[in-house]
Amino acid sequence: MAFRPALRRVLRQAPFLIIALVLAACGRDYPQSTLRPHSDITRMIDGVFMNTVWWALGVFILVEGALVWAIFRFRGKPDDPEPRQTHGNTTIEILWTAIPALILAMISVPTVRAIFRTYDEPSGADVVRVNVRGHQWWWEFSYPQYGVTSANELHVPVGKTVFLEMNAYDVIHSFWMPQLGAKRDVFPNRKTTLWFRADSAGFYPGQCAEFCGTQHGRMAFHVAAETPAEFDAYIHGLQATNVAAAADSAKARPDTARRAAAPPVTTTALAAQTATGPDTAAGHKLFSSKGCVQCHSLNAVKFNKNLLGPNLANVGARRYIAAGTLPNTDANLAHWIQHPWSVKHGVLMPELGLSDADARTLAAYLRTHTGK
Amino acid sequence: MATTAVEHAHADVHAHGSKTGLWSWITTVDHKRIGILYGATAFAFFLMGGIEALLLRIQLGRPDNTFLSPEVYNQLFTMHGTTMIFLAIMPLSAMFFNYMIPLLIGARDVAFPRLNAFSYWVFLLGGLFLNSGFLFGAAPNQGWFGYANLTSNQYSPGLNVDFWMIGLQILGIASLAAGVNFFVTVLNLRAPGMKLMRMPMFVWMSFITQVLILLAFPVITVALILLMFDRFFGSHFYVPSAGGDPLLWQHLFWIFGHPEVYILILPSFGIVSEILPVFSRKPLFGYAAMVFSGAFIAFLGFGVWSHHMFSTGMGPIADTVFSLSTMLIAVPTGVKIFNWIGTIWGGSVQLRTPMYFALGFIAMFIIGGLSGVMHASPPADLQQTDSYFVVAHFHYVLFGGSIFALTGGAYYWWPKMFGRMLNEGLGKLHFWLMLIGFNLTFFPMHFVGLLGMPRRVYTYPAGLGFEIFNQVETAGALLLGVAFLVFIWNVIRTSRGPANAPADPWNGATLEWAIPSPPQEFNFAEVPTVHSRDPLWETKRERGGQLPEPARVSGAGIHMPNPSYWPAVAAIGVTAVFVSLMMLPKFGPAGVVVAVAILFLGVFKWAFEPA
Repeated sequence: MAFRPALRRVLRQAPFLIIALVLAACGRDYPQSTLRPHSDITRMIDGVFMNTVWWALGVFILVEGALVWAIFRFRGKPDDPEPRQTHGNTTIEILWTAIPALILAMISVPTVRAIFRTYDEPSGADVVRVNVRGHQWWWEFSYPQYGVTSANELHVPVGKTVFLEMNAYDVIHSFWMPQLGAKRDVFPNRKTTLWFRADSAGFYPGQCAEFCGTQHGRMAFHVAAETPAEFDAYIHGLQATNVAAAADSAKARPDTARRAAAPPVTTTALAAQTATGPDTAAGHKLFSSKGCVQCHSLNAVKFNKNLLGPNLANVGARRYIAAGTLPNTDANLAHWIQHPWSVKHGVLMPELGLSDADARTLAAYLRTHTGK
Repeated sequence: MATTAVEHAHADVHAHGSKTGLWSWITTVDHKRIGILYGATAFAFFLMGGIEALLLRIQLGRPDNTFLSPEVYNQLFTMHGTTMIFLAIMPLSAMFFNYMIPLLIGARDVAFPRLNAFSYWVFLLGGLFLNSGFLFGAAPNQGWFGYANLTSNQYSPGLNVDFWMIGLQILGIASLAAGVNFFVTVLNLRAPGMKLMRMPMFVWMSFITQVLILLAFPVITVALILLMFDRFFGSHFYVPSAGGDPLLWQHLFWIFGHPEVYILILPSFGIVSEILPVFSRKPLFGYAAMVFSGAFIAFLGFGVWSHHMFSTGMGPIADTVFSLSTMLIAVPTGVKIFNWIGTIWGGSVQLRTPMYFALGFIAMFIIGGLSGVMHASPPADLQQTDSYFVVAHFHYVLFGGSIFALTGGAYYWWPKMFGRMLNEGLGKLHFWLMLIGFNLTFFPMHFVGLLGMPRRVYTYPAGLGFEIFNQVETAGALLLGVAFLVFIWNVIRTSRGPANAPADPWNGATLEWAIPSPPQEFNFAEVPTVHSRDPLWETKRERGGQLPEPARVSGAGIHMPNPSYWPAVAAIGVTAVFVSLMMLPKFGPAGVVVAVAILFLGVFKWAFEPA
């Protein structure tokens, strides 16, 4: 029994440890926290949750208190006389059936109200619609109203309702934006929806929440909530990736004819080449010759919808690459292009056997594609 | 007279003939020995699952860790979940079903002793088969829930999913056979006077568990057969590109999966309901309410499955229905918790090791229950599901609940099973290490889940604030490992000591404490007659104190079933059939023919063997 005093000490400190953990949870910066809602829907969810938490905390204190009190109050010795043999008490048993039921009613009313709200389908001209598509292991975002597509970085305007219509390319994923819109699973054969209205600008992380294979752990994304003006500029920038392509496609036509196998992509890539000057010519050439074009497009508007990889029209301006895995520095971009499997083992992007110089050239080339 | 004499001689032969040695264990049909086999096997799997968990925790100990590759991590978390559910908690409960149900109801064996042996061998082979994937570097890697269409040939080529699918199919047969056996045993073999409403609460909860097994396992069997057809024969039940629906799998899986949760916890409710009265020296409070709340939980358990699927977007009506039915389960569960506290209340609480675990069970299970109510609310669940908050929740229920209760049950019934008392000091040390380690491991998961950490990720980036919580969790997990080393040391130490446990070391209330420790093969020399819910307490009161130590008797004249190896052969046949299906591309139909022949031989010889 020597451990008993030590143990009491530990137990006495346990509440403080828990409080310390709670304080730690509140004080520090937790960019992916569900407890820091930044949209109307996550605020509502937070309200439902906190209502439950307070009830649960009350029940916890009462019931655990009764348990601990009973243990110490009724502690007996082996030779004590037999205690009074009670078998039950109907009144008490009815009470402790009814009271929890009442508490649950207090929880269920706001719950049911919130359920119906989560399924609202917002309508109106100023609703921003986004089609979200989950792929192994990255996210595709396209804006049907604006005809542009991007990947892994979702831009939305603050103060406007955003309506996500989602599905999956391959297997089931789950789109989770803890601070903005909670989560919803996405399926290859059905549409699911989420909506939210961000109430403050910010750059919010999120990630896939349904196990979807080897790199489920590295299937993150970010939501950039920005002012309507910034958002408009973002959309225009993406649209311009096609304007540039259209303007330059005439010059590139002879080349296009030679590479008829993948016409839209090549057109864009050539357009990018002419648009960005001779420095990137080598990069452009590698982008085609090393097979990047088989899976990626640099045009956010017109591209082959069956491409397997994320659209790269504005990859140069994104803050992260490889689905939220690496900060988008030149070194990281070159490393990712050269050795994708050392960053995300099992990813569909193959190891192309690029030289260091080729990887740097490609990275520099992609850096010029900012969608701005 | 002549027949009786023959029977005597017969009973004597096998009573003295094959008591020891490996062969006696392979051929045994004695429910007590099968119980011990279940316990030893399940504990070995439990340690494997625990080691897998420790490896996962080491990987998550720091951000961007490369201790495990994603491929290995995914295999380990899949096998950790599958192992703990199907190979640890269920068969640890089965150990108590086997060993204790006949003793608690005053029977000499289960209804179908050879079917009982068959269940065990199928379980063992299924467990080994499931784990054999590791030998080929192809252990299951799609999660214990195996969501379609990730399990399709397209997205899971290789044998990983096959090992899981076939392994579960084999294990399901073991569970179903055992379910039939204990269902019939409880209904038909109770001692005279033991009405249903006089059964010990463990027997009641076990009985309800068998009903759940019999109704829930056919569903997973069907779901797995459909998956098997998809993978082996090119059907498309779950393949969306050909018109199948992966959501079908989720519904089938959780119609099984939620009752499965109660299959894992109800036996533990029963164990705790046996321990608390004995160590409070007072009958169970609200017996009838305990029975009906258990039955009600089981019934509701079939009407809540879609609360695992709130994030799939089933629509507001379905969400509301499943949310309310889920919350409703808190009512009978609360009744149980209050009745347990009511049992202690006014009692004379004896703080022995089994009682520590039973009390720890209540304290931890309350936490798991409360967090369960939190994600019964679909909007809140849209944040919590598939996050570490849920991991915290179900470990409070399955570890804080089931494992605490099963460990308490082991300490409680150890003297009866092995004739030796486990050391009290080490037992209490085990308890405190486990309680502290458990809370260090799983309590921070509530926070880290709410802070946005998803489940089943092989790593996480620095900067999201997950680091400190994961470090504490990993330290707690290692402490849990130490706690079980203390338990193992306790077992080793005890097994070297003298076998001197009395028949009734705890002043027990139920029939098993009236017979020697360990019991003789036939359990009861004379089948007892039961007059109350606490028959042994009643007898002791009538006779004014402790009973004399029961004498071991010859047992001559008591016919017990003969040992048989045909159940083991049939079990090999069952396993071979499934393996041959998986190996169809390699061995062709000939393999299937051989396997079916083994199965047929086993069943045939079993059927025509004199019992």
